[in-house]
Amino acid sequence: MNETQQSLWQFMAAQSDKLFNQTLQHLGLTFISLFFAVLVGLPLGILIARKRKLSGTVLGFAGILQTIPSIALLGFMIPLLGIGAKPAIVALLIYALLPIVRNTYTGIIGVEPSVREAAKGMGMSAMQILFKVELPLAMPVILAGIRTATVINVGVATLASYIAAGGLGEFIFGGISLNNTNMILAGAIPAAVLAVFLDGALALLQKLNFKKLRKILFVLPFAILLLSGLYLIPKTYGSSLTAGFTPEFMGRQDGDLGLKSVYGLKIRTIVISDAVMYKAAYAKELDVISGYSTDGRLKAFDLTILKDDKSIFPPYYAAPIVRQSALKKFPELENVLDLLAGKITDSIMTDLNYKTDYLHQSPEKVAKDFLTAQKLYKAPRNGNGEIVRIGSKIFGEQYILAEMYKMLIEGNTHYQVSTKTGLGGTKICFDALVNNQIDFYPEYTGTGLLVLLQPEANFAKKIAHNKDETYHYVKDEFLKKFQIKWLTPIGFNNSYALMMRRKQSKALAVYSITDLKNYLDKN
Amino acid sequence: MIKLNAVNKSFCDTQAVKDVSFEVSEGENLILLGTSGCGKTTTLKMINRLIVPDSGSISIDGKDIANEQTEKLRRGIGYVLQNIGLFPHYTVAENIAVVPKLLGWNKEKIKSRSTEILEKLHLPGKYSSMFPNELSGGQQQRVGLARALVTDPAVLLMDEPFGALDNITRLSIRKEFKALEELKRKTIVMVTHDIHEAFDLADRICLMDQGTIIQIGTPKELLYHPVNEFARNFLASERLSLEFKMISLNDIWDLLPNLKSDGNASISSTESIWDAMEKLQSQQENKLTVNGQSNEQKTIDFNALTTAFNHYQNNQYHE
Repeated sequence: MNETQQSLWQFMAAQSDKLFNQTLQHLGLTFISLFFAVLVGLPLGILIARKRKLSGTVLGFAGILQTIPSIALLGFMIPLLGIGAKPAIVALLIYALLPIVRNTYTGIIGVEPSVREAAKGMGMSAMQILFKVELPLAMPVILAGIRTATVINVGVATLASYIAAGGLGEFIFGGISLNNTNMILAGAIPAAVLAVFLDGALALLQKLNFKKLRKILFVLPFAILLLSGLYLIPKTYGSSLTAGFTPEFMGRQDGDLGLKSVYGLKIRTIVISDAVMYKAAYAKELDVISGYSTDGRLKAFDLTILKDDKSIFPPYYAAPIVRQSALKKFPELENVLDLLAGKITDSIMTDLNYKTDYLHQSPEKVAKDFLTAQKLYKAPRNGNGEIVRIGSKIFGEQYILAEMYKMLIEGNTHYQVSTKTGLGGTKICFDALVNNQIDFYPEYTGTGLLVLLQPEANFAKKIAHNKDETYHYVKDEFLKKFQIKWLTPIGFNNSYALMMRRKQSKALAVYSITDLKNYLDKN
Repeated sequence: MIKLNAVNKSFCDTQAVKDVSFEVSEGENLILLGTSGCGKTTTLKMINRLIVPDSGSISIDGKDIANEQTEKLRRGIGYVLQNIGLFPHYTVAENIAVVPKLLGWNKEKIKSRSTEILEKLHLPGKYSSMFPNELSGGQQQRVGLARALVTDPAVLLMDEPFGALDNITRLSIRKEFKALEELKRKTIVMVTHDIHEAFDLADRICLMDQGTIIQIGTPKELLYHPVNEFARNFLASERLSLEFKMISLNDIWDLLPNLKSDGNASISSTESIWDAMEKLQSQQENKLTVNGQSNEQKTIDFNALTTAFNHYQNNQYHE
């Protein structure tokens, strides 16, 4: 434990620049969206307190918005607002809206009727009643709403890194992808501290008496605006092209770090989630992205892979990895899983991905069509044996593979199958496997080597580029270390790749990563 | 001063006020009396347009209030609420300064007048910086009264002003209220359901039931000349004590014998029979000297008092 702490501090110290910037961005995002949420929510709350008939509709609608999963909401924003700060702010605003509207409404209708009547009876106008009586009296309740909204926003803002808006989520999700606990904590701890601190500060404000409150209320909007401005402070160096890399890619030796050290690439980089990266490239929000070589969207969005002429991206051959104990429990499993070995090449996989990602066929249909064409498909036996649990990571290809394995197991054995697809990243998937939550999932040799085993850097460099050496090394080490077996590779190689829009690549005559570097240096 | 002419008001299907007309002359204290739901509060609130009548007209000082700007109208009328309705986020001083500020008074004027009115209501300076929740119920009601009186409006509307107080506080505040010089010049319309309060404070009483006026008249008229069964029954349970309180020794002066005895406690003839009875109760000798209006004196005992009262009562009924 002590050791982890030590190295966490070391990590935070080493990354203090980034950490500082991310914290500022995080605060900025939280408060910009809060500012707009107050700007929208307060009048809306006042309106429905005046016209009570509207209150059900408005609160109901705000409540529904609140229930949209944050990732989905961010996803919806991209076609409308692109990537970056704008969609993130709008999404956060939507989450902050309900507590503010609801508390404004509750606060105002909670004002003692006799007080309102007194104000009216003394000859105050409607506006005077609102500003001198209703709002001041509702203020503690309204502040409570703003407090709730702030804490929600600090939490949801971690997801902003998915759509390239920055914030502490960059560390958190990078850490999850990279199996780097220190990185996760370096993002999570400051986020938690921010939430607790802001909650406490606003709680103090709420408890102040009316007199002091009145003075502070004039300061509050300026304070929020000031804090909003923090978002603008961190600036990365500019370049003529913009790159969007996943949090995982950012932290990997065979990723951004390699691009910097081997190629000397200097490009304005934003961190973005895999789910929206391709679309953003297609929509010209990004010029260079870190994709996967078999991704169907490559075909769908007419992107082209830049040649890795200094070969920093090691091969990533996919193979199912199974817990030894599961192999004992399900004796027929290994043979069935091996049915797929060597059957899927790079181009087949890209095509299958294209069908799901672009033609929007279900992974189930794609899997069944493929197995039928390969004459591997058998109707399910509807056996009542024990349940095999299949896991998958959260991208298309893994869903298809999981479906294929499911059909193969159900067609060839009497085992039952449950699938746990969409596990957030390598770390989550692998931890689920180690902790007996799933029995197997498809993994990639490169990931096994560089993310899960993390051998000494020079050794990794030496073997990483040899497909067979890597496979044998991870197979042996996994058995020794984790009692997990790598089965025969499926055939395709899904390695990292840098991609550009085909048109832009042609226009700029950038076909390899070295071309890209030269282009950037010149422009 | 205040004139209501055939005023009607309905809420949904119930007619809260039916064809109500009355006049309140300057300096008069008219009390709207009745059970809850009789329309008295609705009637009161129509005078400062907190409620807008469906038909009929209301005028103050000859001017139809429907033609005046509502806020301006209200700023010119003192208003005291049943639940007091002090602003909890304002100090006592700030609460009192609300209307003067709306009227655009300067700071010094607001301050000197606030201090003056607070002192008259027995709230010394230290109270002005306190918040309403730091005050007792009686003190809060005094602040409510001060707030209504600070601009010295000619008209004062009071909706159950002592309703939120306990009985003892209520009596003492009522006493102060009666003695308050500020109130004597004002035209007051006040709502209450408390018969004793009405008889104690009213110049005239307007008895209401189910939205209509049953009878308007002085307390004595209501006591001795009820217009119908309802008016009679309304007072029945309190009749005797009301009579004792209403009738002064002056009223029965001619009916009192003079028992000739010295060294008794004395009482002014302006006091009520009730007061005389209380005094007699506390006397050893059961005798009391009444100081009449023209320096005459009469000594009475309990017997003499009740006999005179009975005579008076009979005379009233047969008038």
